Amino acid sequence: MLAVVGLLVFGLVSKGSSGLAVGEPVPNQPLPRLEGGGTGSLADYRGRWVLVNFWASWCIPCRAEAPALEDFQRQHGGSQFTVLGVDTRDLSGDGRAFVREYEVGYPQLRDGDGDAAHEYGTTGVPESFLVDPRGKLRLHAVGPVDEEYLSEQVAPLLPGGSS
Amino acid sequence: MRARLALVAALLLALLAPAAGAAERASLIEIEKQVMCPVCGTLLQLAESPQAQRERVFINRLIDEGKSEEEIKDTLVVEYGDEVLALPPDSGFSLSAYLVPIVAFLIAAVALMIGVLRWRRAGGDDGGPGSRVGGPSGEDSERLDADLARYDL
Repeated sequence: MLAVVGLLVFGLVSKGSSGLAVGEPVPNQPLPRLEGGGTGSLADYRGRWVLVNFWASWCIPCRAEAPALEDFQRQHGGSQFTVLGVDTRDLSGDGRAFVREYEVGYPQLRDGDGDAAHEYGTTGVPESFLVDPRGKLRLHAVGPVDEEYLSEQVAPLLPGGSS
Repeated sequence: MRARLALVAALLLALLAPAAGAAERASLIEIEKQVMCPVCGTLLQLAESPQAQRERVFINRLIDEGKSEEEIKDTLVVEYGDEVLALPPDSGFSLSAYLVPIVAFLIAAVALMIGVLRWRRAGGDDGGPGSRVGGPSGEDSERLDADLARYDL
């Protein structure tokens, strides 16, 4: 009986997710790459600023923000910053089609079962997390980001200052 | 005679063959009852979200490719993980979902059986009203006999 109660408590605790707070270390478990095979992780970008963007091809607001993210990557992406997309709870074929349709060039990982999104404490898609070079959370945006948010909130934190 | 038998056999084959083929073909309605909409957290059968619609389209595509029900569910697990299955797989840690209720039932049954056996061994009666085990005490027995004798015709 105790074992059953223990399992139930474990289930409830492990299902609960309070989300990440600014300043906390960000999860960096390896995930499959959306294209090209193999795995990747946030740890691959340690030493850079990373804007982790959770999205899905079925999410309409994600379509709206994709061009802004791509523009921002073209302006700021490089040795000190990258956008890192995480396609979550999505069909891999649909995700790849989305990347082609919106001509997204930044790296993409795949979180088919939603475990990574759960670890980050997301409440839906899209959500974005700006992670500093030490792997700690600096900004968290719930919902789609736009050019204004990226230039006013994210760009000033990056090396070089403003947009 | 032979011609008639051949005709009957051909008719039977013609009737049975499509039925057998139909039984093998996977059905969206059946699969929807067995898999989840991962975003909605409900059975796909009950889900109407955009993600659920994509999942249905995906399943239909696999059905059109001639995949069996099991193959389709396996493909969904590759895409969404084990949680896409409404019933957990019967292997690994998920096996506990099937075993724990059975073990709990067996423990309860054994405990009940032991309890009943002990109760019966202990007399099975607390001597309260309506008690039949042991009968009346000596004094009561004498009084009962006297009462019965009075009514003896």
